[in-house]
Amino acid sequence: MLFRNFMAAGAVASLMGTAAFADCGPSGNSVRILGSDFPAIQAVAGAAEANCGSNAGEFTINLRDNTRDMMNQALTPNPAEYTSVIVANSTLTQLMNDDLVRPLNDLVAKYGSHLSPNQLITIDGNVMAVAFMANSQHLFTRTDILEQAGVSGTPSTVDEIIDAAEAIRAAGIMEHPIAMNMKVGWNVGEVFNLFFLAHGGEMFQAGSAEPNVNSPAGLAALADIARLAEYAHPDHLSHASNETQALWEAGQVAMAMMWGSRGGAVLDAEGSTEEVTSNTLLSAAPTAGGGSIPAATLWWDGVTIAKNIADADAEATFAALVGGLKSDLMAEHNDKAIWLIDGFTPGPAAAGVSATAAGGAKPYPMIPYINFMHNALGSELVDFYKGTESAEDALADVEAAYRTAAKEAGFLQ
Amino acid sequence: MATKAESRLTTFKLVSFALVGAWLIIAAFPFLWTIWGSFKVQGDFFSKADWTNAVFGVLTTRETGGAFTSNGYFGAWVQEEFWKNVLNTLVIVFFTVIISLTFGTLGGYALARSGFRYAFWILMAALIFRAMPHITLVSGYMLPFFEWNIWGLKGTAIIVLVAINQPFTLWMLHSFFKNIPKDMDESAMVDGCTRFQAFWHVIVPVMWPGVITTGLFSFLLAYNDYAVTSMLLSKPNETMVPAVASFLGSVQVQGNIMFAVAAVVSATAPLFVLILFFQRQIVSGLTAGAVKG
Amino acid sequence: MKHRTFFWFILPTLSAMILFIALPIVSVFIQSLFVEHEQVLVVSESCGPFGCTQTTSIDTEATEALRADSPLGQYNGLGTYFDRSHLATAEVAEIWKASTGLASFVDGIMDLKFYKALVFTLTYTFVVTPAVLILGLAIAVGVNNLPKALRGIAIFISLLPFLVATIVGSMILSWMLDGEGIIGATLQNIFNDPSLTIKSSTPLMWIALIIYGIWHTLPFSFIVFYAGLQTVPGDTLEAAKVDGANKWQTMINVVVPHLMPLVSFVTLMLLMDNFRVFEPIVSFQAEAHAQSLSTFILSDLREAGNPLYASAGATSILTIIGVAILLSPVVVRTWRDFSAKSH
Repeated sequence: MLFRNFMAAGAVASLMGTAAFADCGPSGNSVRILGSDFPAIQAVAGAAEANCGSNAGEFTINLRDNTRDMMNQALTPNPAEYTSVIVANSTLTQLMNDDLVRPLNDLVAKYGSHLSPNQLITIDGNVMAVAFMANSQHLFTRTDILEQAGVSGTPSTVDEIIDAAEAIRAAGIMEHPIAMNMKVGWNVGEVFNLFFLAHGGEMFQAGSAEPNVNSPAGLAALADIARLAEYAHPDHLSHASNETQALWEAGQVAMAMMWGSRGGAVLDAEGSTEEVTSNTLLSAAPTAGGGSIPAATLWWDGVTIAKNIADADAEATFAALVGGLKSDLMAEHNDKAIWLIDGFTPGPAAAGVSATAAGGAKPYPMIPYINFMHNALGSELVDFYKGTESAEDALADVEAAYRTAAKEAGFLQ
Repeated sequence: MATKAESRLTTFKLVSFALVGAWLIIAAFPFLWTIWGSFKVQGDFFSKADWTNAVFGVLTTRETGGAFTSNGYFGAWVQEEFWKNVLNTLVIVFFTVIISLTFGTLGGYALARSGFRYAFWILMAALIFRAMPHITLVSGYMLPFFEWNIWGLKGTAIIVLVAINQPFTLWMLHSFFKNIPKDMDESAMVDGCTRFQAFWHVIVPVMWPGVITTGLFSFLLAYNDYAVTSMLLSKPNETMVPAVASFLGSVQVQGNIMFAVAAVVSATAPLFVLILFFQRQIVSGLTAGAVKG
Repeated sequence: MKHRTFFWFILPTLSAMILFIALPIVSVFIQSLFVEHEQVLVVSESCGPFGCTQTTSIDTEATEALRADSPLGQYNGLGTYFDRSHLATAEVAEIWKASTGLASFVDGIMDLKFYKALVFTLTYTFVVTPAVLILGLAIAVGVNNLPKALRGIAIFISLLPFLVATIVGSMILSWMLDGEGIIGATLQNIFNDPSLTIKSSTPLMWIALIIYGIWHTLPFSFIVFYAGLQTVPGDTLEAAKVDGANKWQTMINVVVPHLMPLVSFVTLMLLMDNFRVFEPIVSFQAEAHAQSLSTFILSDLREAGNPLYASAGATSILTIIGVAILLSPVVVRTWRDFSAKSH
């Protein structure tokens, strides 16, 4: 914490000019921020403290690894432990399911004139969150290796990726040229989502919580994933972002489906060689089955304000956090994320996410029961990937596991 | 006859020495390997290409100019301020041990001296309590702790650690007190002492080996805990083990594995010292405690 | 000891346990009997950086009204215990009907996660526990035979694996087992198969977890048995020697019976801890190959986002029942000892 305060103090010094102009709302209130611990959120929370820390009576920032596991419990009491939680698509759903965040329409009107409309996460006319950065999975390729294997152009469909992988294997360059985040649990479920959405699948039957993954789109998605996994490192069922990034930086893979937020870390010099970084190309996620939808889910991270707190605290928190989402922040932290804020100049690290979003990828669904489906996918598809169960049986298991959870949670009867 | 017995003896000894030797290597090797590796860079620590890299530090030499580097330690202790986690650990562990022992000594003594059936059932209940998965308990605590505004404090974690380690403490101390002859405190009571006076003047002076041993186990349970400390402590109060886990990286950012390795070694080093000092107490205490188990 | 005195002595420890363990167990049990109210859903337009879509959300006001009426939710009896995520009685009956023989029945059962986890957990428990008991005794005897000067250092080294946090100890081993770690890489060299990895093979992963379990808990049984060996009466050993018994016979007929009470104590603790195996699975990233009841609880409470308290509660209670069943022979023995002593 001390370290972070020290950094913030530095930021205060450098932002002195803007601090004078910042409208921090009513003074003497309490601002308590909870968020995940990564550079973009550190920047947003740091800017808020630099601008408005002196205006607030109390200003605390708690950035940690397992926010998702505790945010609902933390916001339930009145007053809540935190006045703001930095969330993403799925965690906003998690908070809204328990009615723990407040609509922000009036606060946006008062303090949000600098926001662009697409930053506002609006549900049924209520602004529930203010997004500041975007993220998605997309394709990373090693141009030098593809060239060496005689593949021309960047693969843009699953078939092209597999052809390229086969060419690389046949040329004896790499036995396992593909990397994917397929660690059992959340990641394995997410990989299914990507290809399922790319095949035009709908997770649930229209207007109900009945599952709809045991469908032609589901089977097609599994078939694609299995074909890709054929070329992935044998340990792929234990690989999450940290492992795939390490593989990439070690130069052991030629094509990877990884998060855009890793782009910056992959492209910088740290932990890798010049050969890898200079030949890494970030491009849109591949399309599947002749469709046009990229196999990716679009994510955003944004600011919410707790419901169970005093209105004045809510106002001060919103003013501090949202007031900082300006071009000054971009000037200092441009390359830490793919920002949705005015003044962002996309660098090479943002190319993949931009192309994926432009290609029409679907946002990660904000449905109250999506987490149960995701969890069921994460645990029940393993047998299929290990080759001990057919795709139909695995998807039937997913639906059965989902139904059990959804019944318990009251979404199905 | 004599020679035959003699030769059997040798076989027996040979087999058992071989077993002990093999075990000692297996027990010590991962630690020696990790300590050695903590002074290398990540490429050498994993050394996919050739495991001898890890021994000679080829990549370490290439990257830092020497065969050994203290970058991991510098990163963990200075850059990531691991010393704060160490201080938190010391505070939490100290109070957990003191309170655990006070509660456990009183309860264990009472259970050892009561012949009534309910004493047995309390012991059995303690076993059942110990069977409850800690994750469930910890998740259950969160909401009330937030409601009462005591979440994240060191004191809260201390009380929880004391409570969930009581069953083990109670069992150990109970069997230890059973080994202290009843006559000692009962004759004191015949002389006019109350039960507590008898406990204080007669039992307390002779109970230290058992208490120290139980204290060591309480220490280890608190020192090594992850389930409680990772969920119930706020960031400034975080202890060593969750800090090490966070060095390994999160969903969003890649961690620095060599920081974690250095921190693991730093977190283990006090244990080496501890074992050196207390090995006799551990052994003698276990003898006293477990024989009647 | 008088009831009143007993009460004051036991009060601190008992109130700590009641407050932080017994009451939570009761509340967890109660929660496991209820499921959530029917959620009132509304469909509306939602917009964000990536455009607008029709999405479903919870009508929190309507749901709140239901919740206010009966805050615990809908009473479900033991329904959660028998659902697909737990005992799965209906599914088991169906598989039984559809099965063509024992093999296909077992195959069907292994598709249900509760039973799959149970198979791993029991295998783990019943391999690790006896192995730790036997090896612990053997090493204790070996160390006991060492010259006095060497014993101290042997004990010191032996304690290492037990004294390090599970999460840290298994982390170290996990790095070594990795395809890039020394053990993983050596295995690949020995079998000359670069695609051979522990993390991609179920049998190898089980073996790795079991070896880790033995490595980690062996010091506990070793220390207890070593301590026990110090109390074997010298004259009994002399008598056995005079009767012409050799070392092995003395071991089986004199030493082991003397250590039996210790064996109960160690077995009790080992069975309980092994049945709840959790940290090694997470640290070894072995979720693809091995699951335990404890990993299900984690999944219900954390991965599901909004926790499934009933399901996690039911799994926790089933864990306690499982532990109670495993421990029952040892408990009966302790009861006999206790009755014998108090009369």
